[in-house]
Amino acid sequence: MTQPKTASTPSQDFESVLSGSASEVASFEHPGKTFLQRGREFLHGNPAAVPLIVLIVSLVVFGVLVGSKFFSAFSLTLILQQVAITGIVAAAQTLVILTAGIDLSVGAIMVLSSVVMGQFTFRYGLPAELSILCGFAVGALCGFINGFLVAYIRLPPFIVTLGMWQVILATNFLYSANQTIRAQDISAEAPILQFFGQSIRLGGAVFTYGVIAFVLLVFLLWYVLNHTAWGRHVYAIGDDPDAAELSGVRVKPVLISVYVLSGLICALAGWALIGRLGSVSPTAGQFANIESITAVVIGGISLFGGRGSILGTMFGALIVGVFALGLRLWGTDPQWTYLMIGLLIIAAVAIDQWIRKAAA
Amino acid sequence: MNASVQPILSGRGLVKRYGRVTALDHADFDLYPGEILAVIGDNGAGKSTLIKALSGAVSPDEGEIRLDGKPVHFHSPMDARAAGIETVYQNLALSPALSIADNMFLGREIRRPGVLGSWFRMLDRTAMEKTARDKLSELGLMTIQNISQAVETLSGGQRQGVAVARAAAFGSKVIIMDEPTAALGVKESRRVLDLIRDVKARGMPIVLISHNMPHVFEVADRIHIHRLGRRLAVIKPSDYSMSDAVALMTGAMKPPADMAAA
Repeated sequence: MTQPKTASTPSQDFESVLSGSASEVASFEHPGKTFLQRGREFLHGNPAAVPLIVLIVSLVVFGVLVGSKFFSAFSLTLILQQVAITGIVAAAQTLVILTAGIDLSVGAIMVLSSVVMGQFTFRYGLPAELSILCGFAVGALCGFINGFLVAYIRLPPFIVTLGMWQVILATNFLYSANQTIRAQDISAEAPILQFFGQSIRLGGAVFTYGVIAFVLLVFLLWYVLNHTAWGRHVYAIGDDPDAAELSGVRVKPVLISVYVLSGLICALAGWALIGRLGSVSPTAGQFANIESITAVVIGGISLFGGRGSILGTMFGALIVGVFALGLRLWGTDPQWTYLMIGLLIIAAVAIDQWIRKAAA
Repeated sequence: MNASVQPILSGRGLVKRYGRVTALDHADFDLYPGEILAVIGDNGAGKSTLIKALSGAVSPDEGEIRLDGKPVHFHSPMDARAAGIETVYQNLALSPALSIADNMFLGREIRRPGVLGSWFRMLDRTAMEKTARDKLSELGLMTIQNISQAVETLSGGQRQGVAVARAAAFGSKVIIMDEPTAALGVKESRRVLDLIRDVKARGMPIVLISHNMPHVFEVADRIHIHRLGRRLAVIKPSDYSMSDAVALMTGAMKPPADMAAA
């Protein structure tokens, strides 16, 4: 804003002193800023920077501690393989958490979708491609139910997805009759179910199609979230749903679409899960929801919604993978991994709170 | 007001009940082209409900709203916006984490031309940022240095400026401002009042809801006094003092007979 124009005639006496007051409304670069404040503002503008720095530091630390056994193309791509499933689920989780929600049913949707893909092929003799589509449809339906209950019935996402987690998991066990479909049968009769288990080798590096799907998915979602109107609406809803509604965002349809997309991505994770395990097991992926939330939080996505970058989620998933493999190769008790991850979660949320103060 | 001039936005016999409470009791309303109409009233007089009815946030139970002489029925703020009525809400309705340009275009984004826009739904950031910058400059708001900075990094007055600029950029018929100076300091209020005059100077009629009598008397062409759910009187600030207005508003003074129909 410029200084009051000459046309304006102050109506109140005390305003006459305004002509003598400071004329700049906003000066954004205060020279007296400390290094810490500048750092905080940088992090505020680049929410994926913290997890990226942590990832690089942990890679270097384990590289030094463990040596070439860790710092090899094979080990590093092994980390990617180990986090791909969690990472895909975490991408779905990111979408929901950006709207200030949470999806506890992601793991259950993933498993049910994979079971549908397997059972439709082997129990009903459908072509595997069609069964895969049915798996995606089931994932989308679960997401739609979540989204409908959250957006239109206005139930808290935590409660809705806690309930749906149980409902979907029970459906999964009842429908599959606890039956596992063996890997040999799948590779003999419906190899496309194991599609994401195939890999490309470049020297010692092994990239499974699941890993490639994970990375492509993250970049695709990054584009959608940052460069389309829908993506901006997702952030606006997480920020302040009432303000978003008043400024013209159709909040309810967007919320539904977020949960449906989350369900579809979980179905993709279910397909990739078959590739990783080889078999279809209704008991797989029990911890996927907690692991996905862990990756999202370590990735610097705010649980209060509207802040964070999906690239952070990818880094968060990788950090977990680096710690898990690094500590194992270093020869420690696996419990140290959980301890370190627990500390990382708390530190990540503490940093998130600190960065938020940069806005003030 | 000359009888031959048609009001741009008018309400007749508007009724809104909430259970047993009657918030609007056959209220009338008239806004003429190019004027600033202030709406004042004591708390609970029903002025927020009146404004909500005009901006589409509330559907009146009875009565008729006309825009440009044609009856309109708004079922949501979006309907009112589509008809050319923009509202600057008291809480501004901005998304703090999004940039100034993203906020200005929220819900009506511009997409890139060609395949990028139609197939990849890519936003045209360049075009949106240029328009946002132009609109802010028009209103003398360009000490905001970086159009892509998040709204939460702005001061209260600057945020108000962004919200007003958004309304001015898209409002084609009427702009409604709800308590635009309520949360601001003296200096920032002054700038917002200048901003309101700038918008008016470009021919846009404005409905201003405010509790601040000096601000109302400074910028308003006419003052709509709302009391007990209906329009009590419409006065010209030059004919009455601020204490008269407050007296009318609170019922301490009876409106002159000729004013009641104005």
